[in-house]
Amino acid sequence: MASPTPIPLPETALAITGLTVAYGSVPAVATVSARFPKGSMTAVIGPNGAGKSTLLKAALGLIPALTGEVRAFGQPVPRAMPRIAYVPQRAAVDWDFPARVIDVVQMGLYRQTGLLGRLTPALRARAADCLDRLGMAGFATRQIGALSGGQQQRVFLARALAQDADLVILDEPFAGVDAATESAIIAVLHGLRAQGRTVIAVHHDLSTVPAYFDRVLLLNRHVIAEGPTAATFRRATVAEAYGNQLLTAIPA
Amino acid sequence: MTATLLQALLFQSGYNAALVSIGAALLGFAAGCTGAFTTLRRRALVSDAMAHATLPGIGLAFLVMAALGSDGRWLAGLLLGAGISAALGLMALNRLTRTRLPEDAAIGAVLSTFYGAGIVILTVIQNLSLGRPAGLESFLLGSTAGMLRDDALLVAGGGAVTLALLWLLRRALVMTAFDPAHARLMGIDTRAADMALLVLTLACVLLGLRVVGLILIVALLITPALAARLWSDRMSTVALLAGAIGAVSGHLGAALSVALPDLPTGPAIVLLAFAAFALSALIAPRRGLIARSIAHARLRARLAAGEQT
Repeated sequence: MASPTPIPLPETALAITGLTVAYGSVPAVATVSARFPKGSMTAVIGPNGAGKSTLLKAALGLIPALTGEVRAFGQPVPRAMPRIAYVPQRAAVDWDFPARVIDVVQMGLYRQTGLLGRLTPALRARAADCLDRLGMAGFATRQIGALSGGQQQRVFLARALAQDADLVILDEPFAGVDAATESAIIAVLHGLRAQGRTVIAVHHDLSTVPAYFDRVLLLNRHVIAEGPTAATFRRATVAEAYGNQLLTAIPA
Repeated sequence: MTATLLQALLFQSGYNAALVSIGAALLGFAAGCTGAFTTLRRRALVSDAMAHATLPGIGLAFLVMAALGSDGRWLAGLLLGAGISAALGLMALNRLTRTRLPEDAAIGAVLSTFYGAGIVILTVIQNLSLGRPAGLESFLLGSTAGMLRDDALLVAGGGAVTLALLWLLRRALVMTAFDPAHARLMGIDTRAADMALLVLTLACVLLGLRVVGLILIVALLITPALAARLWSDRMSTVALLAGAIGAVSGHLGAALSVALPDLPTGPAIVLLAFAAFALSALIAPRRGLIARSIAHARLRARLAAGEQT
């Protein structure tokens, strides 16, 4: 699976080369190389424990990698970080936190305000607009703990939108959300792609992969397959990633 | 007693008592505000371990100062020793948690070991007849009785600096507490933010040693924050309200211990803060017990009416 070193062309939003992450002595992902072209929308799929979240967190530098190199827009990730937004799993934070919905969205504006800068009216309007794009304008002053799971997910995505990033990385954005939220989120993500931005999402519902994503990265500790959905999302490759389960929903 | 208490509350019990009262109020405000962030970041027990880990440092600082020929009771010197020893306790805690020991177990181990060492050192000091150790044990439960003007000014000044730093760092602290991963990706040095929060918490512990004592200072960090959280869902309001509750508890507790000289200051302040919490749990809107039972009763009545029609 060790592909030759990808040349970080300018049209590559994210290039991962030979990335290995180990918890203890067991590699969670091993020598993963993958490229995510600019303007694409990629599903990272694979069974539980395949290392999907680990891969993305390591790519962002949130957990240390044993080996490998990651570049975003041709630059080392820390340098490119202002152009990247990350939406963690909803369960990653304590929602009984003393904050209102709009407070959380405004956290996405930290690069503009810094430690002490004022939230100007323009910035406030930007945060409100991001909430509105997810149909949450009426919830701005709600306490975040009073939201449903789907609404919490939308708030997280609104915070990412406020960052105005060119690369948006989401960890299971559709986990445990209802159909209305799922279609609201997918509409926003497709809107981002239409603007030439790049979307990468850990995804679990195999039946929606072809409709939602134009590329897939099939992962099971190693890269099983990577490429355009039509060519890559095939029963044989998916079965290989998931360990030969019967997957009749997938085109042969 | 009531007259004395009233006098003390109105700063009429003399210059020193007034200074002590102001010092205790400012300490309460600083500890309340800081504690709101400490509890939010789930560092309440860590701050308790730090507080207990100050004791060996107090004893050793006394010994050093007494050996240098002073009476060994200079507060700033004692606090320096306390701070160093608390920092060592924190480092021990960090090492222990890195060995996969659960954090609560590591906290318990550090807290009890340092406290035990401190008690041993204090006992040795009592038998040495060096300096003037009488009053060292007041660091356990706090006493405003022997407090000097300089001590009160130290507490006031330190509290003001702590609050100023807290205000400057508030945005980074809130973001780190809510979602550390996101905060890091937004360019916040979350390790530095966490360290700063621990230093500010330690500052409150040190400032509170003389007034509340090291065993109970953690309550002045936690309890006002818990009470304030029942009243508001906004961090800025929670922090300021916690500060206000801490300030009132501090002022009232200090005044009480002036009126009742046998009453240790620390427990008085802590019990007042707990009273504020108990009251809040009862009467706070929406989250209070009363508000919740009224809401439930109304809902039940509505459901019952719906069944009849």
